[in-house]
Amino acid sequence: MRTGGWFALALAAFAAMLGAVDSGFAVHMGIVCAVGLLLAILTMRGADYAGLARGMLKMPADQGKYDDDPVRWGVIATVFWGLAGFLVGLVIAFQLAFPALNLGLEYTSFGRMRPLHTSAVIFAFGGNALIATSFYVVQRTCRARLAFPSMARFVFWGYQLFIVLAATGYLMGITEGKEYAEPEWYVDLWLTVVWVWYLLVFGGTILKRSEPHIYVANWFYLAFIITIAMLHIVNNLSMPVSLLGSKSYSAFAGVQDALTQWWYGHNAVGFFLTAGFLAMMYYFVPKQAERPVYSYRLSIIHFWSLIFLYIWAGPHHLHYTALPDWAQTLGMVFSVMLWMPSWGGMINGLMTLNGAWDKIRTDPIIRMMVMALAFYGMSTFEGPLMSIKAVNSLSHYTDWTIGHVHSGALGWNGMITFACLYYMTPRLWGRERLYSLRLVNWHFWLATLGIVLYASSMWVAGIMQGLMWREYGADGYLVYAFSEVVTAMFPMYLIRGAGGLLYLAGAIIMAWNIGKTIAGSKLREEKPMHDAAFDPAADKPLLAAQPV
Amino acid sequence: MADDKNPKIDAATGTQFKGHEWDGIQELDTPLPRWWLWTFYASILFAIGYVIAYPAIPMLNDYTRGMLGWSSRGALEQELAARADQVAPIHQAIAATTIEKLAGQPQLMQAAIEGGRAAFKVHCVQCHGSGAAGGKGYPNLNDDDWLWGGDLATIEKTLIDGIRNPGHDATRVSMMPAFGRDQLLTAPQVDDAVAYVRVASRQDKPSAAAQRGATLFADNCAVCHGTDAKGNRALGAPNLTDGIWLYGGDTESIHQSVWNSRQGVMPRWDDKLSPATIRMLAVYVHSLGGGEATLVEAAAAADNGVEGNVAQ
Repeated sequence: MRTGGWFALALAAFAAMLGAVDSGFAVHMGIVCAVGLLLAILTMRGADYAGLARGMLKMPADQGKYDDDPVRWGVIATVFWGLAGFLVGLVIAFQLAFPALNLGLEYTSFGRMRPLHTSAVIFAFGGNALIATSFYVVQRTCRARLAFPSMARFVFWGYQLFIVLAATGYLMGITEGKEYAEPEWYVDLWLTVVWVWYLLVFGGTILKRSEPHIYVANWFYLAFIITIAMLHIVNNLSMPVSLLGSKSYSAFAGVQDALTQWWYGHNAVGFFLTAGFLAMMYYFVPKQAERPVYSYRLSIIHFWSLIFLYIWAGPHHLHYTALPDWAQTLGMVFSVMLWMPSWGGMINGLMTLNGAWDKIRTDPIIRMMVMALAFYGMSTFEGPLMSIKAVNSLSHYTDWTIGHVHSGALGWNGMITFACLYYMTPRLWGRERLYSLRLVNWHFWLATLGIVLYASSMWVAGIMQGLMWREYGADGYLVYAFSEVVTAMFPMYLIRGAGGLLYLAGAIIMAWNIGKTIAGSKLREEKPMHDAAFDPAADKPLLAAQPV
Repeated sequence: MADDKNPKIDAATGTQFKGHEWDGIQELDTPLPRWWLWTFYASILFAIGYVIAYPAIPMLNDYTRGMLGWSSRGALEQELAARADQVAPIHQAIAATTIEKLAGQPQLMQAAIEGGRAAFKVHCVQCHGSGAAGGKGYPNLNDDDWLWGGDLATIEKTLIDGIRNPGHDATRVSMMPAFGRDQLLTAPQVDDAVAYVRVASRQDKPSAAAQRGATLFADNCAVCHGTDAKGNRALGAPNLTDGIWLYGGDTESIHQSVWNSRQGVMPRWDDKLSPATIRMLAVYVHSLGGGEATLVEAAAAADNGVEGNVAQ
């Protein structure tokens, strides 16, 4: 029965491939067909492929504990997509310094590689980290196993299919041309199905919790999942040219389209990269620090003010454009009011270390978390600053924006994700500790140095660009040609590339460290560093809540 | 604390616990940091003040304009007007002075060159390059090799009307035939003509093909490029002997030029820029190094269509 269903899916995809009106759509339907066939064969052979995967990835069976298989896959997927995304980022950074690296091929040109990079790091690396940690955290803070276990697996694999379709599409030139929302209509529809199931699995687990209250991390996860669903659906409303082709046209036109896009784009930052990652912070920082959360009141106030204010701030991406002045004003003032609500998360994270500040010296994972929170604070101060129109008139369209985004992405999202991966891996695979804590320390310093090079070079580059573009001589004429400004960027682009190289090197060390931990290799002999204690006996659902 | 009758105290901070616990995580009942709260209030007050001062609240048919009466379009117009006022006197003076007479007024000339430098960066670098060194198909403006002439008036005329600008009668036009594509010459004949040009430009040693090509050149090419292959500025026909090539001087490139012809285009600028700006661009280009003297005779001769020879 299930075999037949998968086979029918493969046949339908095959028919769509044959009838496709463009080659990109045909390739995508070919991929879907191959996935359908693979699933049909696996189901037909009755193979216990979950068991196979468990053996290959050395995953311990869940002895009546939490349902952690999707989390383990997610940890591996996060590391894999992280490496891929950082590598592509490094390539396009050097393409800007050395255009010959575009290789003269359409597939490897900057215009196609850039969305590959942004989607790989935000949606593949960040998205897998969010899905994996949310499944990890919601079970433990609700003391319940995942609701709809088979659909949790569907969410993970369906999300990977979304990533593959999106990434291959970019390289083939399939795009809606909306930043961070590039995938075309059929990939969007697929993600919508996956995301609704994500909400049902996550929400269902909260509903069957055996704790009286819902922990703050879960508020943030829930806000992230619900809001992303809304943003994704509205911004991607579009009409396909053909049901057998990849091209579609947006339901909005002109400045309405631009505003919808940046309402989406800004809140992708707000709810994907901020709310979701604050959820990670709210669980893993107190766990690693072994300290209580600093302030319950602050968590309530900053949660609701953040959620309420963020959604209005998008128009600051369209200062001094065709967007009406009143909308620009509102985008700016909401961004300014957003400053303190954003900092509430930083305060609650950092001050949780009250009574454990010494761990910054002794515990490399805590060190990463503190650095992540510091960069979070820095970029959420910089954001409101850049939204002020007078500042924006200098910063907009320059590399300052790129520097701002990366101090947030590399510093906050990257560092907190690395810390969470380091926290979860030994616990998920039942190891005594990570293969090496000293390597975590190496990762920390490589990444930190990389971010410093990246952010400082882009700040200098951006402010230089802005000043050069607008510079008038005493006689009333513009001083620089655009191409002269481009030439002036060259050394900054080299420094940025060097920073990216360091950051990638750190991630490679992490992949090695996590790989060795998963493989169960003998722990590296090294001078010990501090790590949070782990009691496997306590890491299980309450019996009363166990429906299985 | 409300839901906990016997609040516990955290030893490290001396703060009460809230009384909840999730997977070992507890929460303290720390009050909101005062500086945080007051800064939050301050940012809200700033927002309210800004909304009163600037355009902000959408209404049914309009929006609140703000107490300051500011608008982004208005601000742009002010800035542009201020700049226009700044440069107006000098622009008027330049517009009122013919280009031949500019040279006699060094101060005005210097201002015109600077204005031209700025305008060049906006309008010309896309093709001629930021250093005006050109590229394949786009002439280098730093050298003294001119297709149509390099004195001030001629450069200004080229800028005003452009070269081969479609639908503009006054534009500069010259149409080298596509000798190969249109079968004016056979393929071997084209090869021979190319061989001759390679010899005339002193890149190859004389050969039998070049000898055959010499006859072909005299019959087909000399009418524009001259019997000595030194070109003719009245027709925009390039000098083929000077080692400067617009589309490349290797055999393959010359073959392309003879076979298909080239006919590059530069837009007219009189419908895009003010006369003063065009004049400034002309003196700037003239100042780059290859500018030629404007002779009274040259101007007179130009009317007779032999300007090129005189300037040469």
